[in-house]
Amino acid sequence: MTNHYTFLYILISIAVTNLIRVLPLTLIRGEIKNKFVRSFLYYVPYVTLAVMTFPAILDATQIPMAGAIALVLGIIAAYFGLGLFPVSVICCLVVLICEFIML
Amino acid sequence: MKKSKILLNGIRDGVPIGLGYFAVSFSLGIIAKKGGLTALEGFISSFFTRASAGEYGVYSLIAAGGSYLEVVIMCLITNARYLLMSTALTQKFSPKTSLLKRLAVGCMVTDEIFGISIAYEGYLEPVYTYGAALISTPLWALGTALGIIAGSILPVRAVSALSVALYGMFLAIIIPPSKKDKAVMCAVIASFALSLLCSVAPYVSTLSSGTRTIILTIVISAAAALICPRTDSEVNND
Repeated sequence: MTNHYTFLYILISIAVTNLIRVLPLTLIRGEIKNKFVRSFLYYVPYVTLAVMTFPAILDATQIPMAGAIALVLGIIAAYFGLGLFPVSVICCLVVLICEFIML
Repeated sequence: MKKSKILLNGIRDGVPIGLGYFAVSFSLGIIAKKGGLTALEGFISSFFTRASAGEYGVYSLIAAGGSYLEVVIMCLITNARYLLMSTALTQKFSPKTSLLKRLAVGCMVTDEIFGISIAYEGYLEPVYTYGAALISTPLWALGTALGIIAGSILPVRAVSALSVALYGMFLAIIIPPSKKDKAVMCAVIASFALSLLCSVAPYVSTLSSGTRTIILTIVISAAAALICPRTDSEVNND
């Protein structure tokens, strides 16, 4: 370690991270009228979550195949209308079972 | 719906988030330990930042003896996606929602909390987000602290299984709207495909996953907005 204070690092990261989070909420209070911006913001959540899910789910497990099967079964479960918690549990169980069989 | 019921719904939806957090933050704690953080420091840091990629970057910097300025830049880059998410959330509030409540929700934004908040039916009720954060934040902080203390005591199998909880939740958020709206489905498929491509392609694959996420989010969302702009009637139906 250098002569930097760990706690100062932490305070800086807390300040910067939360500033990024609240900045848009302070600046934008009303409804955005621009059609492109509205459409863009409509797609953002789905795109960002999809990008973060795949292929990352393959690296999260010990064997990529377990992640892949969890992905497929998770998609099917969500497609048939299961909620956040059941889909999550299904994915976890699938990985547990797959790795139990394959490892 | 009563506020207490909404709060409970938030807590319920926060459980899978918290479980996934616990597994992820546990491994984050192992990295934090390399940066010389004590369990208390790790707990406080995680409790107030809740930024997986951002924290990973910061702890690695601390371990490498990086400068304060580097920490600022690291936080800006790894957390830039929160800027997009908060901007999307500005359109999710009822005009009556006070600034204080908006800011409180803003501070609670993580990939997962954002995901369930934006999926909330109609205008977002801030208590829903509070509920989810109430259960998931302590687990995130606790996981980090335990990771620092206990290193690798959790069986690998358990970590492996728990780590997909987050992704299962993401799927439950993106798949139902894809079923209803073909444009969303196309955007999701394009996201999967391009994300895979960028993780193996030369140059782009060397970027951090946080940076890739923000670039892909902007490019694909902009393309979708240009190709399939939402008409006002559709937007009002959200």
